Amino acid sequence: MNWPLEAFLSFLAAGAFGIIFNIPKKTLISCGLVGMSGWLVYRSYFLMFDDPIQATFAGAFIVAIVAHILAKTFKMPMIIFSVAGIIPLVPGSRAYNAMRNIVENDYMEAVDFAVQALMISGAIAMGLVFAEVLMQLYFKYQARRTQKKMGFTQE
Amino acid sequence: MAEISEVRRELALDCFLLAGKVMMESGAETYRVEDTMIRMAVSQNMMDSHCFVTPAGIMFSPSNDLPTRFVRIHGRRTDLERVARVNAVSRRLVAGQLTLQQAYEEMTEIEKNHYLFPLWLQVFAAAVASACFLILMGGGWADIPFAFLIGGIGFYIVEMVLVKTRVKFFAEFIGAVAIGTLAVLVVNSGFGNDPDTIIIGSVMPLVPGLLITNAVRDMMAGHFVSGLSMGAEAFLTAFAIGAGIAIVLSF
Repeated sequence: MNWPLEAFLSFLAAGAFGIIFNIPKKTLISCGLVGMSGWLVYRSYFLMFDDPIQATFAGAFIVAIVAHILAKTFKMPMIIFSVAGIIPLVPGSRAYNAMRNIVENDYMEAVDFAVQALMISGAIAMGLVFAEVLMQLYFKYQARRTQKKMGFTQE
Repeated sequence: MAEISEVRRELALDCFLLAGKVMMESGAETYRVEDTMIRMAVSQNMMDSHCFVTPAGIMFSPSNDLPTRFVRIHGRRTDLERVARVNAVSRRLVAGQLTLQQAYEEMTEIEKNHYLFPLWLQVFAAAVASACFLILMGGGWADIPFAFLIGGIGFYIVEMVLVKTRVKFFAEFIGAVAIGTLAVLVVNSGFGNDPDTIIIGSVMPLVPGLLITNAVRDMMAGHFVSGLSMGAEAFLTAFAIGAGIAIVLSF
């Protein structure tokens, strides 16, 4: 695997998706970085443990964590950073292979690919959920600490 | 709770509903829209307001004894820059940096404008993304120009059919058919090597990524109505793409 090349291509692809989704111009580069980190984590996990579902979970988790941190720094909605990062993890080739096998009347193969695609989509969702819960707990903890420090109470 | 004059209250309601409408039309998550509207309402001294947002309309009730307002949401178009701008205005209103009047004026300004990148740039971005995915999905270098061209053409066709028919599934279906046909033609005429990777790469810009993330986040926040409907939309879009490709492959 050619690391710099894959890093560059995933950066470019995520940035291009940012343009398709019309994200604000100044966030384009950070959006590309989110996509790059998600893809690199996915690829290295996949090469290490050879399990696409766990690898997708790890990739989606990292994408959501990085997107949350960037959203806090830019003071913008988190979704701006996460959408483009999620796209490379979408099980496009498995869904395609499932479709092709259905057309070729090879239903056993098709079901195999379709179930994999379904599991990977579920892994993306679970990765987003886990990161969301974790970040919310952390932000709540942080907010409580600053509130205490300032002696500020909510009405 | 301090009493608010009627004129001011109506202006505040207009402002909240406009903010919600613009955000929902531009592809924000449902729970973010509700959260933004409630925060703005609290900043304007409406403590017990209720808000219910679906992808089709927004209901907002300022308090128990005041009339509820409703606004219908028609077309949706992904434009995350508008979401970010409305979000920024509401943040400043809540922080007290803007008066209600100023916030309302900024919202109307955002509602009138579109901050879309020009179409040629979007088509170019789709083409670049297709070429990148071709390599990332394990395609050969020789197929890059074809993935670049076909990805761009497919995205352009989807946009054009969408403008003409306003039916998203049909547009995606036609786009997928065009991508599949072009890829098979290119390979059969001896220029391209592998139709599979060319098709996978070129179809990527059509994938409903925003709908998937929104559906997941809304379900998590407990908004099952919008989560399920967005999930259904994402599923149907994916199905339309798959059907388009399947038709081409079955010949």
